[in-house]
Amino acid sequence: MYTETQVIRNNTKVTVDGALDGTGEMVINVGPQHPATHGVLHLVITLNGETIQKIEPHLGYIHRSIEKMSESLSYRQFIYVTSRMDYLSSHINNHACAMTVEKGLQLEVPPRAQVIRVLMDELTRVASHELWWGAMAMDLGAFTPFFYAFREREAISDIMEETCGARLTMNYMVPGGVMADLHPNFQRRVKDFIKLFKAKIHEYDELVTGNIIFQNRMKGVGVLSAEDAVSFGCTGPVARASGVKSDIRKLYPYEIYDKLEFDEVTETAGDSFARYMVRMGEMHQSIRIIEQLIDNIPEGDFQAKTKAVLKLPKGEFYTRVETARGELGVYIVSEGGTTPYRIKYRSPGFSNLSALDHMARGSKLGDLMATMGTLDLVIPDIDR
Amino acid sequence: MFIKEYISDVYKAVKSLLTGMKTTGGYFIRPGEIITQQYPENRDQLNLPERFRGEVVMLHDENNEHACTGCTACELACPNATIKIITKFDVSPEGKKKKALDTFVYHLELCTMCNLCVEACPTGAITMAQNFEHSVFDRSKLTKKLNQPGSKIREGVE
Ligand code: SF4
Ligand code: SF4
Repeated sequence: MYTETQVIRNNTKVTVDGALDGTGEMVINVGPQHPATHGVLHLVITLNGETIQKIEPHLGYIHRSIEKMSESLSYRQFIYVTSRMDYLSSHINNHACAMTVEKGLQLEVPPRAQVIRVLMDELTRVASHELWWGAMAMDLGAFTPFFYAFREREAISDIMEETCGARLTMNYMVPGGVMADLHPNFQRRVKDFIKLFKAKIHEYDELVTGNIIFQNRMKGVGVLSAEDAVSFGCTGPVARASGVKSDIRKLYPYEIYDKLEFDEVTETAGDSFARYMVRMGEMHQSIRIIEQLIDNIPEGDFQAKTKAVLKLPKGEFYTRVETARGELGVYIVSEGGTTPYRIKYRSPGFSNLSALDHMARGSKLGDLMATMGTLDLVIPDIDR
Repeated sequence: MFIKEYISDVYKAVKSLLTGMKTTGGYFIRPGEIITQQYPENRDQLNLPERFRGEVVMLHDENNEHACTGCTACELACPNATIKIITKFDVSPEGKKKKALDTFVYHLELCTMCNLCVEACPTGAITMAQNFEHSVFDRSKLTKKLNQPGSKIREGVE
């Protein structure tokens, strides 16, 4: 169990059991098929006893070359592929792409569409954090929370299914607005969901947050200081847990976020427990946003009039949005044609993963699961 | 000091464990709140919303007529070349030639259910159906012909 690069770099021989000769160090592979990596992430870990010396993530197992593929797709078509990047924030990815195209076309989105988009984004954020909560608890050995999390997430999936027609890869945001109007049941079902969420959220705290085993495994584990969070380019809950204000919805408001009342949840400890608390807080804030909007959806068009074939003027366009994992940037270079010349995605998962080595060095192998779990990695988002 | 801390730790640990167990155990006495469903046993009660995207189908009316003009707008809108429109020339009684649909080839195995083709169709000839159980033993069975045999274009659709 070693990699060639490792052996060459250390200039040492590897014995049969994977130990590096003469150093007392051992190289093990976590992944690409490992339950705790939630996908095909491959970590090459150098261990000294049980202490982590170095972590080297090897990427590329789920690379689908989405950026390159987008160059041959039209401005309507490339959006659907981005649902498959960070599939837990697919609405928000689509939103970012649609907004970039609208920027190029200088298109005004009708107020109704803006509200629908924000509602969908926040529902997605709650669903994403709920899945993270269940999966992270499962990494740490608690199996029950996963089912509790899916119960609430299922309610959101049903809402999405009814209005958007799909549960995971919705492709609902299109340049100019949204693909279809809200389903007549939408408001009622969202209100039902809010009721359900408020009735059940205390179970999350009772099961996991207050649990002493869980707290001991999280507190002081995987500490990331504010300076390091900035220098590694961490965004989203990971940066906010270290006290870095990085919420794009607050810093560079898009759509109607500047008119909404919500708090940017931050912590200062920077450890796994702080990241956990930030996400728990964000769920409540998202619900707060949904509550403000659900009774105030303006009437009107859900989609602005657009031409059948979209052509962006020559130039470069960039937008950033806050996904459930951090800042997603979409950068389009247009030569004036019907397809982009180049598309670049700045995905939050990639930068957050780069801090993993720094956070886990010197800690025990068992702590890695807590650190990695609270980074909330979605592998297709890293590889693209 | 140490002893006191130790005992309080043990007390807190036991208390937090009991709190968690109360939450999970509560569902034993409130089985009505359990929402687990058994698939495929519940197939008859499955109620999929009308917008659910399971596959692309072509709408036919009772006279076996559809609204597809063979304009290939859906073929162009599709991002993964799932649709192939094969056209032919119909000759009207007056001897005028008119382009018409011959075969609407749909590769279900390539479809990502993105709904772009349905949006693009100017005559509303195709739509999304709710069927999601697509497993077959042979991949070639997933290539479908959407216009029914013997069907023709509805009168008046341009
Ligand atoms: S749903 Fe999307 S992928 Fe499927 S045929 Fe229509 S356009 Fe193509
Ligand atoms: S289904 Fe609609 S878009 Fe496709 S060829 Fe027929 S009329 Fe044109």
